[in-house]
Amino acid sequence: MIKLNSKTPDGPLETKWTVYRSTVPLVSPSNKRNLEIIVIGSGLAGASASASLAELGYKVKCFCFQDSARRAHSIAAQGGINAAKNYRNDGDSIYRLFYDTIKGGDYRAREGNVYRLAEVSANIIDQCVAQGVPFAREYGGLLDTRSFGGTQVERTFYARGQTGQQLLLGAYSAMMRQVGTGQLIMFTRHEILDIVLIDGNVRGIIARDLVTGQLERHFGHAVILASGGYGNVFYLSTNAMGCNVTAIWKAHRKGAFFGNPCYTQIHPTCIPVSGDHQSKLTLMSEGLRNDGRIWVPKIKDETRKPNEIREDERDYYLERRYPAFGNLVPRDIASRAAKERCDAGCGVGTSKRAVFLDFRDSIKRLGRNVVEAKYGNLFEMYEKITGENPYQVPMRIYPAAHYTMGGLWVDYELSTTIPGLYCIGEANFSDHGANRLGASALMQGLADGYFVIPYTIGNYLSKEIRTKPISTDHEEFSKAEKNVRENISRLMSVKGKHSVDHFHKKLGKIMWDKCGMGRNEKGLAEAISEIKNLRDEFWKDVRIPGEAGDFNPELEKAGRVADFLELGELICRDALQRKESCGGHFREEFQTGEGEAKRDDQNFAYVAAWEFKNGNGWEMHKEELKFEVAHPTQRSYK
Amino acid sequence: MNLTLKVWRQKNKYDKGGFVIYPMEGVSHEMSFPEMFDVLNERLIAKGEEPIAFDHDCREGICGMCSMFINGRAHGPQKGTTTCQLHMRHFKDGDTIVVEPWRAKGFPVIKDLVIDRSAFDRIMSAGGFISANTGSAQDANNIPIPKKNADEAFDAASCIGCGACVASCKNSSAMLFVAAKVSQLALLPQGQVERRDRAINMVKQMDGEGFGNCTNTGSCEADCPKQISILHIARLNREYLMANILE
Repeated sequence: MIKLNSKTPDGPLETKWTVYRSTVPLVSPSNKRNLEIIVIGSGLAGASASASLAELGYKVKCFCFQDSARRAHSIAAQGGINAAKNYRNDGDSIYRLFYDTIKGGDYRAREGNVYRLAEVSANIIDQCVAQGVPFAREYGGLLDTRSFGGTQVERTFYARGQTGQQLLLGAYSAMMRQVGTGQLIMFTRHEILDIVLIDGNVRGIIARDLVTGQLERHFGHAVILASGGYGNVFYLSTNAMGCNVTAIWKAHRKGAFFGNPCYTQIHPTCIPVSGDHQSKLTLMSEGLRNDGRIWVPKIKDETRKPNEIREDERDYYLERRYPAFGNLVPRDIASRAAKERCDAGCGVGTSKRAVFLDFRDSIKRLGRNVVEAKYGNLFEMYEKITGENPYQVPMRIYPAAHYTMGGLWVDYELSTTIPGLYCIGEANFSDHGANRLGASALMQGLADGYFVIPYTIGNYLSKEIRTKPISTDHEEFSKAEKNVRENISRLMSVKGKHSVDHFHKKLGKIMWDKCGMGRNEKGLAEAISEIKNLRDEFWKDVRIPGEAGDFNPELEKAGRVADFLELGELICRDALQRKESCGGHFREEFQTGEGEAKRDDQNFAYVAAWEFKNGNGWEMHKEELKFEVAHPTQRSYK
Repeated sequence: MNLTLKVWRQKNKYDKGGFVIYPMEGVSHEMSFPEMFDVLNERLIAKGEEPIAFDHDCREGICGMCSMFINGRAHGPQKGTTTCQLHMRHFKDGDTIVVEPWRAKGFPVIKDLVIDRSAFDRIMSAGGFISANTGSAQDANNIPIPKKNADEAFDAASCIGCGACVASCKNSSAMLFVAAKVSQLALLPQGQVERRDRAINMVKQMDGEGFGNCTNTGSCEADCPKQISILHIARLNREYLMANILE
């Protein structure tokens, strides 16, 4: 059995990264000029990595499927970005950010990686401000912060409710500057459909130009996957319509291990589903829980309007169950608590699958103007979607699939199990354990791209300085392109009766019902066989109109859904083997008397890293997690 | 409700294109505009026809990908709203809705409602940045910025690069887009060093891409989904003028 080596440096936690940085082999500027790096994805991780590597002097090519790098879904992140700056003088420190992240992740992340993340968090804010990112400020001109779930300090920097947008535009502008110098070439409307391996090392990719439908071959000394998460496996999620698993899935099929696929995050505050036509769900930032109070009526099947329900008839269930953190408990806990109340019959709205997020008290305390300045754009968005004014009536919210902590397994250097293939941002599994804290995704994406990969990739590339660029006429490129071409013809030639969305919706329903907020052995076993059947049906009955050699959005979707249909099974398999509850993974068989998640550190303190066995399912490998500093205890937010 | 859609169909950039009429039955008030197109496309696929190509991604009004010209207005009738956030409750039973792509020389049509906006990326590469290499930054709080300036910079920075300003302008001018970036960075102390080059280079690239000139009619501001003010155009003009004088 393969022994996974996390390559975490020895020595005390506080010095691991410093020692690593000071001793890792370097690549000289004259050699950097001759080394080519391919980056897949232009979100926070991909954009920051592309810009930083190009600044260092590497030749970089970046690919995204949208029409501009600026559209990647990081743009939609609302609330903020964590950093251990302690500008508030409220007791924050690198250690506390590290500890909160490990605890928030329910002790299922690697200590070394998380500590490094906390260490570089402060540099990110400095870098973004230097780029002109307009963070919120106090009247004295200094940076403002707020509080997010799972923490008791105010370490979240924000730019109204559009923090992701501003950070991404900062990274995008750094990229565009490099495009202007010729150091970086941007390929928009391109989708990666395979990676190319030569003698075990990654040497390039096969991409499809989405406008012309032509396949292209690109060589790289190294390839960085920054293609985001796989939340769209649920069909309805807060992800953008195009978010997909394809890039990392193709790499997985070529040998990159997949880590903890069952760790998916259901975000507690999203706008509820309104009908069958629904194409996606919209998040209402966790930042709202700073000032909004979550409640449901105490009695079942309440029919009165929310404002007619008296104070003593309301159940502020988070404040009741978790007095220490109140409305700011971590996401997994808030989501399950909402489900619990709705299952108990106290849900609100026509579907009865929603709870109230109420700003009445804050508006009374702070005045409407203050609330508007903080959350105006979110309130507006809510009103546009629901037709209701949240200044007057409480928002209705319900949990929705939002983020995936799982992803390709990477070591301390963010290298996958394929030499030369790296994975950063949401696409990897590394830093959030079984549950991600709010405002940590932006932090991780930018940490990986700006401050980690530029150092760690040098270790690999320093051994590549003698490798001359390999011609894309090499037989391995031809073979990979041939496979991609055949896969596309196979999809096009099914000519069945049902659209791609028909299958995607069905998959989403299976995943949400049986592998969503609550999971159990019976449901998961059923889900696995249902997904297998659905996959067979897809390959027999999918209908893709148009031509392969043309702009064809249905073909793009089909390829992505075909991969989701394989991933869905792996998620369920992973959830089935993990006979414990931790973070976002809640196995109904394993809970405390009070309905809290019951972890099993004795047997499950490991990362499940799945190896794809062509035609023969998967084999699971374990990376044992050792906690030298943050010793696992039962996570309590009471 | 039942609607009639009159949608621009164009096979590719060489095709002349034209309107096709689709009766659209059973539209729910709760649907967003692109969700209605999803339903229409499902029906077209079921009939064996090719679905209508349109750009969309986040469907939260922030990525800037969606770009439909609805009843003669970029992003449709609702103020401060992208196509994806426009909901069908703003239309009534029996309405005929005309849907076209953005029309501008700088934005050639790729297919149906999908256009090529890469000109915006090229304008950004010409100067829409502050040159601050990763790792070279000082502590963030060493640069205090008056809240008022930071807020105004933010207003400009909220541009999503959708191109509605160009589509709604009779001259197909990209001034509001360029102004938003120039103004944001001119308002911040970090942006001072490259201030003049930025204004000159971005305007030069904008002109080179075939966008028209600004004649201050203000339709860009009226249709901008992020309601970016044309005051930023005034600032761009001043920046450009000063840069040329001081050059």
